[in-house]
Amino acid sequence: MINTSEIDNSIESAAQNIAHHDESDNRMFGFIIFLLSESVVFLGFFIGYYVYKTNAVDWLPAGVSGLEIREPAINTVILVSSSFVIYIAERCLRQQNLWGFRFFWLLTMLMGSYFLYGQIIEWQGLKFGFTSGLFGGTFYLLTGFHGLHVLTGVLLQSLMLIRSFIPGNYDKGEFGVEATSLFWHFVDVIWIILFLLLYVWQ
Amino acid sequence: MTNISIPEIDIDTNRSHEPEDWRRFFGFSTDHKVIGIQYIVTAFFFFLVGGVFAMIIRGELLTPESDLVDRTVYNAMFTMHGTVMLFLWTFPVLAGLANYLVPLMIGARDMAFPRLNAIAFWMIPIFGIVLIGSFLVPGGPAQSGWWSYPPVSLQNPSGNLINGQFLWLLAIVLSGISSILGAINIVTTIFRMRAPGMTWFRMPVFVWAVLSAQIIQLFGLPALTAGAVLLLCDLVAGTSFYDPAKGGDPVLFQHFFWFYSHPAVYVIILPVFGIFSELFPVYARKPLFGYKVVAVSSLIITGLSAVVWVHHMFASGTPGWMRMLFMFTTMLISVPTGIKVFAWVGTIWGGKLRLDTPMLFAMGGLVMFVFSGITGIMLAAVPVDIHVNNTYFVVGHFHYVIYGATVMGIYAALYHWFPKMTGRMYNEGLGKLHFALTFLGTNLNFFPMHPLGLQGMPRRVASYDPEFAFWNVIASLGGFLLGMSTLPFLVNIVGSWVQGKKVSANPWRAIGLEWLIASPPPHENFEELPIVVAEPYGYGMNEPLVSNADKL
Repeated sequence: MINTSEIDNSIESAAQNIAHHDESDNRMFGFIIFLLSESVVFLGFFIGYYVYKTNAVDWLPAGVSGLEIREPAINTVILVSSSFVIYIAERCLRQQNLWGFRFFWLLTMLMGSYFLYGQIIEWQGLKFGFTSGLFGGTFYLLTGFHGLHVLTGVLLQSLMLIRSFIPGNYDKGEFGVEATSLFWHFVDVIWIILFLLLYVWQ
Repeated sequence: MTNISIPEIDIDTNRSHEPEDWRRFFGFSTDHKVIGIQYIVTAFFFFLVGGVFAMIIRGELLTPESDLVDRTVYNAMFTMHGTVMLFLWTFPVLAGLANYLVPLMIGARDMAFPRLNAIAFWMIPIFGIVLIGSFLVPGGPAQSGWWSYPPVSLQNPSGNLINGQFLWLLAIVLSGISSILGAINIVTTIFRMRAPGMTWFRMPVFVWAVLSAQIIQLFGLPALTAGAVLLLCDLVAGTSFYDPAKGGDPVLFQHFFWFYSHPAVYVIILPVFGIFSELFPVYARKPLFGYKVVAVSSLIITGLSAVVWVHHMFASGTPGWMRMLFMFTTMLISVPTGIKVFAWVGTIWGGKLRLDTPMLFAMGGLVMFVFSGITGIMLAAVPVDIHVNNTYFVVGHFHYVIYGATVMGIYAALYHWFPKMTGRMYNEGLGKLHFALTFLGTNLNFFPMHPLGLQGMPRRVASYDPEFAFWNVIASLGGFLLGMSTLPFLVNIVGSWVQGKKVSANPWRAIGLEWLIASPPPHENFEELPIVVAEPYGYGMNEPLVSNADKL
C-alpha cells in the first residue's frame, strides 16, 4: 500500500512547485524557448553562407574588392556596448530607480538607432545590390534580417519606455523589460557572429 | 512574433462573456478544450478537402492516358493534396488532440498561455484560405509538389508577383509561425504546469510523445523557414541562392527542406505512438509494458530525427561517405521504434481484450505501422533507395505511415476520447463499419503502390505505361472506398454529438486524470488540483492514482 509520509512529501514539494509557477516565470520560460528556436533560423543562414562561400568559384562580384571594415567596426562597438547599457538600465529598475532606468534605456535605444543608421549608410555606399550574385544576396540577407531584429528591439524598447510612465506599472519587476533586454543581448550575440563571418573572414 | 504581449491572464473575466452552448466553438475562446475541438474540426474539414484532391488524382490514374484533368491541374492536385494533408490536417488535428488532452493529463487548469493558444489556432483557417485561395490566381496553385524543389518551384509562367508558388510559400511561413507558437505553449505547459506529484515518470506516454514532437518543431521549423525565405527571395526579388546558372545551389534547398520535413514525420507519428500507448492498456486491461522505456524512447527518436534527413537525398549527388552515414543513422531509428512496437505487443499479449472501435483502429494502425517500418528499413538501404527513388514504392511507404498508422491512430483517439469531449457515446456499429471500410480501403489503395514502384512507375505523373494499369485500377478503387469510409464516421460523430447516449465520467474504466472528472470536463478542468501519487497505467493493481479523487 501507499506510504503516507511519501504522499506528504510529494504534496509539500508540489505545493512549492506550484507557488513558483507564477505567470511571469512561465512567460520567461516560453520566451527563452522562442529565442532558442529563432536562433536556428540564423544558424541556417550562417551554414548557408558558409557553404556558398567555401564552394564559390567567383565569390566577389566584378569590380568589388571586399567589404570596408572600419565603419562596421565602429557600429559593432556601439551595439556591443549597448548591451552593457541596457543591463545598467535593468539594474536601475530593480533598485526602483525609475529615472535612471529611463535614462539608460533611452541611451540603449539611441545606440540601437545609431546602429541602424550606420547600417543604412553602409548599404547606400556599396557598389553591389541584393541580386549581385551570392555575395550580394547573402550579405543583404544576413544584415537585413539582423537589422529587422534590431528594429524590432528598438520598437519593443520604446514600448517599454512608454509603459514606464504608467504609475506603479514596474513596481513588481516587469516581464516585458526583462524579455526586451534578453532579446537585445540575443541580437547582439548574433551580430558578433555575423561580423566575424561577413567582415573579418574575407 | 516577438511583440505579442501576453496579457495578465485572467480566465475568469473571459469566461463570463463566453457563451456556454455550441456558439463558443465559433468565437475567440481561450479555453484549451474549446480550442482543441476547434483545431480538430477545422483540420477534419481540410482533411475532406485534401481527400477530394486525392480522389481527382486517383480518378486520373484510373486509365493510363491523361484524360480526366489537364496536366497542370494534375500537378496542382498532388501539390495541394500533400500540402493540405500535412499542414492543414495532420499537424492541426494532432495539435488539437494535444491541446485538449495535455492539460487534462498533467492536471493543469489550462495551457500556460491561453491567449497565445487561441492566436495560434486562428492562424490555421487564415493560411488555409491563403493556400486554397491560390486556385483563384492566374496560373492556379503551386505545381512543384509539396517539396517545392528549385528550379521547378522558381518557374513562374504567369509572370505575376502573386502566383500560386508565392501564396504557397506565404501559407507555409504562416503555418510555421502558428506551429512555433503552439510548440512554445505546449512545451512550457508540460514543463511548468504539472499538478502536484506529477513527476516526469508519472506522466502518461502521450504527454511524453507530444513533448518530443513539439521539441522537433522548435528546432526543425526554423530551418525550413530559413530555406523558404531564400526561395521567396529568389522567386520575388530575383536573387540567385538556388539558381545554378548564377552560382546558386539547388541542393542546399533540399537540405533545408528535409532537415525539417523528415523530422516532421516524427512530429506526426510520435503523438500517434502516444495514442497507441494510451489505448492498448485500457482495452487490454494491463499496465503498459516497459512504461519508462517507452516514454524515453520518444525523446531518443527526437534526438535521432535531427541526423537522418539526407536519406531523402541519396540520389541528389550525395557523396558516398554521407550516404553511408545517413543510412546508418536512419536504420538506427528502428531501435527506439522497435522498442515501442515490442512494448505494445507485450501490453496486448495475454490481455483481456475489448475490441471496441478505438481498439480496432489502434490495432489496425499498429499492423500497418509495422508494415511501413519494414518498407522504411528497405528504403534506408542506399542500393534499394537508388533503385526505387521517386517511384510509387516511396509513395506507398509513406502513405502506410501517414494513413495506415497516423490517420488510423487519430481515428482511434477521436473515438476513445469522444465520450470525454462530448459526454455522449458514439454508435458502435457505425464505428466498426468505419473501421472495416478504412482498413480495407487503406490496404487496397496503398499496397498496390509497392509492386508498381518496384516495376518502376514514377510518382507524380498523370499518364503511365499500360503495363501498370492493373495495380493502378485496384489502387483507385481502394482510394474511392477510402473516400467513402469517411461517411459513416461523419454520420456517427455528428449524430452522436447531437443525440448519442449520455455516458458517465469514465465509460472505458480507464485510468488517467482526464477520466476522474466529469464528461465533458468543466471550465478549468479541476475543482482542486489533483495530487498524483502513482505511475499511470495501474491496471489490475488496485492503487489510487490521486490522493484527492473525491475533491476533483
